[in-house]
Amino acid sequence: MNTLVLGIGNLLLQDEGAGVRALDVFERKYGTPDGVELLDGGTSGIELLQHLQGRDHLIILDVVKSGNPPGAIVRLEGDEVPALFRKKISPHQLGISDVLAAAHLTDSMPGNVILFGIEPQSMDTGLEMSDAVGRNMGELVDQVARELVSLGLDVPARVTTVP
Amino acid sequence: MAKRISIDPVTRIEGHLRIDCELDGGRVSKAWSSGQMWRGIELILKDRDPREAWLFTQRICGVCTTVHALASVRSVENALNLEIPLNAQYIRNIIIAAHAIHDHIVHFYHLSALDWVDITSALKADPKKTASIAQSLSNWHLNSPQAFRAVQDKLAALVGSGQLGIFSNGYWGHPAMILSPEVNLLAAAHYLQALDIQRKACTIVSILGSKTPHIQNLAVGGVANPINPDSPSTLTVERLYYVKSLIDELGDFVNNAYFVDVCAIGAFYREWTAYGAGVTDYLSIPEFPMDTKGTLFEHPGGYIPGGDISKYRPIKSFQDEYFTKGVQESVKHSWYEGDGTRHPWDGETEPNYTDFQDNGKYSWVKAPTFHGKPAQVGPLANVLCMYAAGHAPTVNYTNKALATMSSLAGAKIPITALHSTIGRHAARAVRAAVMHETLRKQWQALMDNIAKGDTRTFNRPEFPKGEIKGVGLHEAPRGVLSHWIVINGGKIKNYQAVVPSTWNSGPRNAQDDPGPYEASLVGNPIADPEKPLEVLRTVHSFDPCLACAIHLVDAENREIVKVKAF
Repeated sequence: MNTLVLGIGNLLLQDEGAGVRALDVFERKYGTPDGVELLDGGTSGIELLQHLQGRDHLIILDVVKSGNPPGAIVRLEGDEVPALFRKKISPHQLGISDVLAAAHLTDSMPGNVILFGIEPQSMDTGLEMSDAVGRNMGELVDQVARELVSLGLDVPARVTTVP
Repeated sequence: MAKRISIDPVTRIEGHLRIDCELDGGRVSKAWSSGQMWRGIELILKDRDPREAWLFTQRICGVCTTVHALASVRSVENALNLEIPLNAQYIRNIIIAAHAIHDHIVHFYHLSALDWVDITSALKADPKKTASIAQSLSNWHLNSPQAFRAVQDKLAALVGSGQLGIFSNGYWGHPAMILSPEVNLLAAAHYLQALDIQRKACTIVSILGSKTPHIQNLAVGGVANPINPDSPSTLTVERLYYVKSLIDELGDFVNNAYFVDVCAIGAFYREWTAYGAGVTDYLSIPEFPMDTKGTLFEHPGGYIPGGDISKYRPIKSFQDEYFTKGVQESVKHSWYEGDGTRHPWDGETEPNYTDFQDNGKYSWVKAPTFHGKPAQVGPLANVLCMYAAGHAPTVNYTNKALATMSSLAGAKIPITALHSTIGRHAARAVRAAVMHETLRKQWQALMDNIAKGDTRTFNRPEFPKGEIKGVGLHEAPRGVLSHWIVINGGKIKNYQAVVPSTWNSGPRNAQDDPGPYEASLVGNPIADPEKPLEVLRTVHSFDPCLACAIHLVDAENREIVKVKAF
């Protein structure tokens, strides 16, 4: 079994980078199981296609604006994921939506696609996340860990606690 | 009365761009290019260690990660007059060339071909006839009737499912689409194959850069790749031979599919060699340093005024003051404080948003000038300058492209036809073919240098007290990129990035001269103002990349593109 956990977002725009920052939080809290790769996708588009090939499961971490309070976490799966990305207003016209469509066209779409999204508060220029989002990063990665467990993986919690 | 259209945002580009046009008698009479996002990324770098700036600059944009990383380390090295070990130059050069080929292939097929190719028409094609056309153009191994039939079946399934996916938002059936179903199928097949081929270029970058999408191997002073021909954990001969095999596969596609397809589209759409010239003052800089000081280059660069290649003047080095003193940016029509013109070392980033004012401020992009005038940058500028400088591979591939286009068109297409919308595509294909030769040369240079026993990859930087200034230059896939840095006591005091799309998408300057996008749109025919495909053709031909900022997912359903006709 082969799983990709893909964090996407821009680290220079506060909460916009939450998906990428979640990967670090995950690594501090949990061990990465065999057969799982954590990938910082940044704001890349078509370059990510090579990383989707041969995956059974794809778990995307991103910010999602759904009208919920800042820090709220949503989980989507299956066709809901590309459908959501298709609806976005995105400056990345060859962004995730197109990568997923291209993966479909080249028969490299992972069988199982899940998205965890966190509601942003501020996307101004800056390296620090807002409190509302920062506070919920632990919960976000806990949900990712539970998802991996539900896929039958052993996800060891690290002994040291996160400050 | 003139009719006004506004396209916001322009799709299949990187970044948020709004284009407004006034139409008169079915043609564009006036145009405005407006960058709709403010970056201010430079402010993050203030007071940071210059050695880590590249880690931040490669996050400016999702497409151009590598190029912003490289320009940043070069800016610091330039300020320090630091020499770079040969191995480091060659490794960087291989990454540059592989990235450029990747970028050009993706731009042509996935970001702009659908302006010229009607995917739905491909369903009506005869795969056998398609194969015989394709085989008359090249011996690309996937040009068989079976391969074209398979692609057609795939497209039919996609259209039948009602989910066009990556092909949605195209102007299918538009009267300006003139290719036969067979040529449309040929291009669609290569579109899909290009999705596979682009991975080969990414793999080269990730082997040498340790990782993609964000390379990890750069350092101010060289690269962090340890070279030991015998140790499996470092850059070994075996890995380098794997890189070579990827280079060969890329070359096969570039020469037998991409180059040929662009020539064919150029020939069939030759009327578009008469549109889109715009600003014909061309600027490029030398690239692929072949010595430790950055004074000898594989690719020449320079300036061509008024489209006249006999007036080419070279830019000789990363230190050449003809370039470093010639660049200024005006904010008269940009959403920043004041209306002044400044050199990037003295640049300011103080926002002052006013709303869209036709004769006032209307863009977040500043207006750069070279010795007081707007300049077009990008593959066309690069290829024309290299042609003017007599760079042999460029001269050969340019002549080959013009000959192929002329023979397919049944009419002579001269080099002056390149000052156009089609010319920018043709130049990009020429540049990709040249890049493939360059990639092979750089690979050989690295192998030869390692064979001599040189394994050095890094010279340690040391920062003096007091203020120093530098500029990091890079001829990126979209053209001249410059990062301007002021360092004081080892900390960043000022940082300004003048990116290629700033040059091309910039608004009017201090003298109210339009920027290259704006000038290139004037005179373009518009068949249907509600579906301004022709505007997209010209704008996409520049490969816009407006240093993206956000990619936020919006769960509320909103229109993807607004085209407003007034």
